[in-house]
Parts: sequence; C-alpha cells; structure tokens
Amino acid sequence: MINEGMIPLFVAVPLAGAFLAALFKRLGWIPDLLGVLASLFSFCLSLHFILDTAPGASFAVNVGGWGSFPEVMGKVVGIRLVLDGFTVFMLAIVNFVALWVSIYAVGYMKRYTGRWQFYTLFLLMLAGMNGVLITGDMFNMYVFIEIASIASYALVAFGVGKRELEASFKYAVMGGMASLLILLAVVFLYASTGTLNMGDMREILSGTHYSGLVYLVFGLLLTGFGLKAALVPFHAWLPDAHPSAPAPISAMLSGVLIKALGVYTIARIFFDVFGFPHQVSIILLVLAAISMGVGALVALRQWDMKRLLAYSSISQVGYIMLGFGIGTPLGVMGALFHLFNHSMFKSLLFLASGAVEYSTGTRNMKEMGGLNRKMPVTGGTALAGAMSLAGIPPFAGFWSKLVIIVAAVQAHHMKLAAWAALMSIITIVYVFRITRYAFLGELKEKLAGIKEVPLLMRVSLIILALACILGGLVLLPQVRKMFLSPAVRVLIGMGGV
Amino acid sequence: MNAYMPYVLCLVLFCIGIFAILSKKNIIKIILGIIIAEYAVNLFLVMVAYKAGGRAAIFSPNRGEILPEVMVDPLPHALVLTSIVIGLATTAFMIALAIRLYGKYGTFDITRMRELRG
Repeated sequence: MINEGMIPLFVAVPLAGAFLAALFKRLGWIPDLLGVLASLFSFCLSLHFILDTAPGASFAVNVGGWGSFPEVMGKVVGIRLVLDGFTVFMLAIVNFVALWVSIYAVGYMKRYTGRWQFYTLFLLMLAGMNGVLITGDMFNMYVFIEIASIASYALVAFGVGKRELEASFKYAVMGGMASLLILLAVVFLYASTGTLNMGDMREILSGTHYSGLVYLVFGLLLTGFGLKAALVPFHAWLPDAHPSAPAPISAMLSGVLIKALGVYTIARIFFDVFGFPHQVSIILLVLAAISMGVGALVALRQWDMKRLLAYSSISQVGYIMLGFGIGTPLGVMGALFHLFNHSMFKSLLFLASGAVEYSTGTRNMKEMGGLNRKMPVTGGTALAGAMSLAGIPPFAGFWSKLVIIVAAVQAHHMKLAAWAALMSIITIVYVFRITRYAFLGELKEKLAGIKEVPLLMRVSLIILALACILGGLVLLPQVRKMFLSPAVRVLIGMGGV
Repeated sequence: MNAYMPYVLCLVLFCIGIFAILSKKNIIKIILGIIIAEYAVNLFLVMVAYKAGGRAAIFSPNRGEILPEVMVDPLPHALVLTSIVIGLATTAFMIALAIRLYGKYGTFDITRMRELRG
C-alpha cells in the first residue's frame, strides 16, 4: 500500500522520536529504544518505496494542500515534497546506516552521561537529512540543512573536552558561513525566477540564456555545498570535527551527512535544476582531482586512526565528485555506486575504530598491534571495510572505482583516469597502515587484558561488513534496475545504463 | 544611483561580517561577524520583496479594488522570519560553546587554543 501521504513520515517520525526521547529522559532505556525504532521505521519505509513501486516512479505531495492555483499561473505556492528514484536511493542508504549506527550506539554510549541528549540530537540530525532528501523546495532545503547541521555541531561537541569544543567551534563557524552562502544563492534565485519550487525553477531557467547572475549563484552554491561536502579548498573543518565526535556520530558524519548535505544537494541542483552546464563540470573535475590527491596524501602521515579515516573521506568524496563531474550516464552511475559503497565501508571503519577505542582506550595506531587475536570480530570486519576502501577485487569498493575510471577513459579524460588510478594505489598504502599497525602483528603487553566489544556493537559491525562484501551485487542487472538505474535516470534524463 | 544605494550598503554590511570572521582572533568577535553577515543576508531578503509605496498583500472587498501589482511580495517576509530563528539557534549554540571554551582555556583568543594542529 503506497501513497504519497507517507512521504512526510520520513521527517515526522525521527522528529517525533527526538522529542519523545527528551520527554522520557528519566526512563533509562526508552531513549535508546526510540532511537532504534525511529531509524528502523525510516529504513523500512524507504525499502517499501523501493520494492513496492515501479522502478523510477515519482511521487509528490504538497504540504498543507498548497498546490498550484490558476491565480499564480500554475506555479506551486507551498512546499512540495518529491520522492523520485534518486531520493529513494539516498533515503535507503542514509536510513540503513542510521539504523545500524543507532543499534551500535546502544552498546557504545553506555560510557557517556546524558544518553537522551545523544538520541535527541541523533534523531534531529536524521530528520534534517531525510528532509533535505525529500524536499523539492529551495528554501525548505536550506532549513533542513540547518537542522541537520546544528544537530551535528552539537554532536561533535558531545564529549565537551578541549578538543571536541575547539573542533565544534571551527565546524560551526565554517558550517555557518556555508549556510549563509547557500541562503544568499537561494535569495538570488528567488529574485530572478520568482519561485522557490525546483521543478518550476527548472522550467523558467531552461528557457532563458544564462546571465551573469546565474554564474554568481553557481559560485555561491558550489562554495556553500563544497564546504558542506568538504571538497578540498573548503575541507579544513572535517579532519577535526569527524574524529572528535563519539564513534557512532563519526560514522554518521563521514558515512552519510557529508553526502546528504553536500554531494546530494550538488547533484540535485546542478543536474536537476540547472541541467548540468559545462562550466560546472570543469569546476567539479578540478575540485575532485585536488580532493582525491590532498586527502590521500595527508592520510598517509596520520597516526590517529580516526583522523586518518577522516582524511580518507575527503579523498573518497573526490572520487564521487569525479564521477559526477564526468557527467556521462556511466560516470554518474559510478559516482552513485561509490557513494553507496563509501557510506558502507566508511561507517563500518569508523564504528570499528570506535570499538578499538572502547576496548583499548586509545586511537593512536602506534600503541596498538595484534588486536585481531583479542578482538576477532572487530578485526575481521575492519579488514573487510579496509579491503573495500582499498579497492581489492571481490569487494564492493573495487567495482565502483573501476566504473568511475572506465567512465573517465570513455569521456577522454585520460589524465584524470590515471590520477584516480594512482590515488587508489596510495589508498591501498594508507589502508594497509591501519591493518598492519592496529590489527596484525604482535600483541602489545599493555593490551593483553582487553576484551571483544558487546554483542550489539558486534552485530552492527558484521551487518555493515556484509554490505561491504556483497555490495558489488548492486551491479547485477536485476538489482541495478530497481535501485541504481532509476537514480541515474533522474539525473541524466535518458536511461542510458 | 540612489535606487542602488541600499543594495550597496547591504553588500558592505555582508563584507564587514565576512572580514570579521576571517581576520579576528577573538571568539566573540568571530561570532559577531557571523551575526552581521547573517543580518546582511536577511536584509537583502527583505529588500528583494520591497516595493516603493507597496501595500500589504491582503485582498479585501470592503476597501475597493487593490491590485496585486501594488502589493509587496509577502513570501520573503515569511522566509526572513524562519531565517532569523535559525540564526538565533546557531548564535545561541556558538555562544554556549564560547562559554565552555572560556572555562577550559581561560581566554577567548583562538590563537592560544591549539589542541588540534596538523
């Protein structure tokens, strides 16, 4: 039973969960339960939309019944929520990761006080991300971006130590700047088109020749969303903010937040509203190449496990942007597939680094070693994630990088293809630093007494590791037709893949 | 010339805010910079809707015919309220952070907070 009326539930249920978690804070386990149930519900709903509708079907609902009226020449007056192939693809990824992260957090957050605050902020962040994905209105998108961002600033500062506060302040200042630039761009767009609805805006803009104002808007939007997505000239906050948060939140931030707020919005606005102009393609390719290089090379020098993973996120977002920048159907498919894989393996690796920190109390890889003997589940799952990140053949990460590089070659971007291949070799080098120093080798004497992490944390790690191993199956024609191709078709128009 | 003056002043205000964010060392001054830049954007949002001699966008049968052409665009006014509330939340959060940072370091100078380098 599908109907459009269920679309607002993606925002409403996590939002209700957030307030109920604050209301029942005195009852110890209720906030945990609410966190898991709300993300489970959102995930089931997104699965439901994938499985029970024709692939590529699109739904729209006008909030409050404010649709189009003849008085305003058929333009949409209110906020319209849209759910198409791309949205549902992103919703499935975000809520899948959120579900396993919330289950992991039940075990992990026992060490922290104020767990209800954690779940309230976590669910607010989830509501904000789901809102960004389903909205079809420019200003509404800005509002949801701010909900998710403010919740994430607070979550980065959750440990209230020196590092956490400093990282959170840096993140809040740069995130605030990004939001201002996005709002300014939205105002310019409203002033020049007279509408905030993305569909109407596309129609108005497609008929006109682009003026200087539109290029100004491109610049503002690329800077604003580039800050949110941590593309390289704008990345300074990410290596501080992501490691400082508690491990489940690091996994959410690196795994899905930068994608929902940065990558998704860039793809949605530049492909869907502006029709992917040539200038934007060049800028994205340049930013992607710099991000891949800088992220990978700086990751080589890191000894803090979570900081290494954070730099690796910058590099991998560069791969995703490379796929989008190429702009052919194959490139976009590679970008979306890599986005899916990156969500899986990066959240898995951050959760595994959290599990290591939970047992050993350190994130410095020099103090670790031989953890595989004491923590076989954590070690094994981290290995699966690392292989996927490094792009070792049967694992999912290999296939998506291969698709992106093949797409670059097909589009005659030979230098970029070579650069991407070179950077994936450097990726292998820094990934093997993690496995070699942390999980293999001799067990340090100091760590002789450590134990494996609790059951719920292990379950999450195993499920995400399975997603890394089996993720390549998304490329099978049957799965692809249902999951990946509708998303590509939304962005590229014709169904090439 | 005069018609563009408010927009130019709005741009100047925005630049003052960005300058404060980028160049100041004191946390409170950085927060003030963000507030100034934010208010410049809000002001711009209101000015987009402004119309000299415009009326409120209310259709009323009793007071004769008021055409849509003489009405002020009401949508940006609704948007600016939302934007101000969001700005309030961000500012409150950042001031709370500033207080906690002052408690840890005893200073508002960001150049003396160097836990995170490299």
